[in-house]
Amino acid sequence: MAKVPVQFTLNGSEKAEFVESGTTLLHALRDKIGDTSPKGGCHQGTCGACSVIIDGELRLSCLTLAETCNGADIKTTAGLAESGVLHPLQRAFLDAFATQCGFCTPGMIMAAKVLLDRTPNPSREDVVEALSGNICRCTGYEPIIQAVLTAARANSQNAA
Amino acid sequence: MSLALRTFSSVKDANTALQASGTRYLGGGTLVIRAANEGDVSVSSLIRVDDPGLSRIAVTGDKVRLGASVTMAAIAGHPGLAALAPAARAVGGPAIRNMATVGGNLFAPAPYGDFAAALLALDATVVTDDGEMPVETFLASRDTSRAIVTAVGFSLPGAESFRFLKVSRVKPKGVSVLSIAALLQRTADGTVTSARIALGCMADRPIRALATEKALLGCKLTPQEIAPALAAAGEGISPITDPVASAWYRAQVLPVHLGRLLLS
Ligand SMILES: Cc1cc2nc3c(=O)[nH]c(=O)nc-3n(C[C@H](O)[C@H](O)[C@H](O)COP(=O)(O)OP(=O)(O)OC[C@H]3O[C@@H](n4cnc5c(N)ncnc54)[C@H](O)[C@@H]3O)c2cc1C
Ligand code: FES
Ligand code: FES
Repeated sequence: MAKVPVQFTLNGSEKAEFVESGTTLLHALRDKIGDTSPKGGCHQGTCGACSVIIDGELRLSCLTLAETCNGADIKTTAGLAESGVLHPLQRAFLDAFATQCGFCTPGMIMAAKVLLDRTPNPSREDVVEALSGNICRCTGYEPIIQAVLTAARANSQNAA
Repeated sequence: MSLALRTFSSVKDANTALQASGTRYLGGGTLVIRAANEGDVSVSSLIRVDDPGLSRIAVTGDKVRLGASVTMAAIAGHPGLAALAPAARAVGGPAIRNMATVGGNLFAPAPYGDFAAALLALDATVVTDDGEMPVETFLASRDTSRAIVTAVGFSLPGAESFRFLKVSRVKPKGVSVLSIAALLQRTADGTVTSARIALGCMADRPIRALATEKALLGCKLTPQEIAPALAAAGEGISPITDPVASAWYRAQVLPVHLGRLLLS
């Protein structure tokens, strides 16, 4: 199978790789580039654990071909912490016990991040809707919803 | 996985390439890549077209044209398409809606195809390089269709005349138990003068509720007057059975939900 070049920005730094045509972005990120923050739960679009942000939009990396991302700006949970300081969403997830086994967490955080980027003060319904494509088998969701609401409040206090 | 992707700038060239066996068009990929991940080896080659025209939404007066690559998220967020937003928002979660295209939804087998059901109620036109055809004809012949869908067109329904309902068990998002789209014209006193009703999950693809449509003519939307139309809802259906619901269950609850939609 012919290899194809892919080049995109990942969490602010340029990445270039050769992948087999038909390789998913999830596979390219984890196994080629070494960013294991997106998780492969179902490879079926159902669990949301592989969620990443591509050009500002939430996408499922398991259903996206890497070669369709040429020139894109990709963000993953691995790029959120700055100089060792956790992002407010990461902090809130830890504090609220919103992460147990942690497998869903990077996808949840990506989904929550696009929500807060657009809707800094979301309602509970907004949060539930934003996370509706992400499955968690541990927490029962309530701590996750609370963590996102807490992070939103922390953000707006910082901005004030 | 061994899948080769080829990108074309024109629909014409892509249509030619699509004729090769084992070749499929790649829309948002939510079904076709999913199938490949699951081990479907019937597809070895994917084709896509990067013509930006395919992602265009044009609303001129009450005429709407949606390029085949327009996503459910783009429809849900478009100020001129508020009437269709409930149907677009019914598809999957946020990430799926950012990827799922209009073109792909026309091919989605039940329990999917919620947006296609809305297009069927709206009597949309499906556009390919070979010409245009009513969505009803398109859906009936889609299994043998080898032409790239480039757009769909329809008249924007008045806010009062179009209704959409998706019933699912997992809230807020889940696969359809059923979906119903209804386009109803009524006189000032509320008498139905025309009805077009499309059902999702009542066959392997969206179908019309022809007997119900007929029975609604001349009725006012009251529990008494719509009763015959609800009793006729089961005519011509062959619902799917899947892990969400059996065919029997879907048939039982159809008149209940149809009644709620008509009386809402
Ligand atoms: C987790 C999950 C949840 C989902 N939930 C829903 C839901 O609630 N409701 C719903 O309706 N669907 C749902 N779907 C199914 C699917 O996402 C949608 O039906 C979507 O609109 C399909 O579009 P796509 O662009 O992703 O299709 P693709 O996967 O790209 O294509 C699907 C098929 O259509 C063909 N095709 C696509 N575009 C064209 C074109 N322009 N011309 C010719 N052929 C074309 C492809 O060759 C392929 O055979 C869900 C899917 C997943 C994975
Ligand atoms: S791994 Fe992509 S949605 Fe589950
Ligand atoms: S923390 Fe385990 S799946 Fe969510």
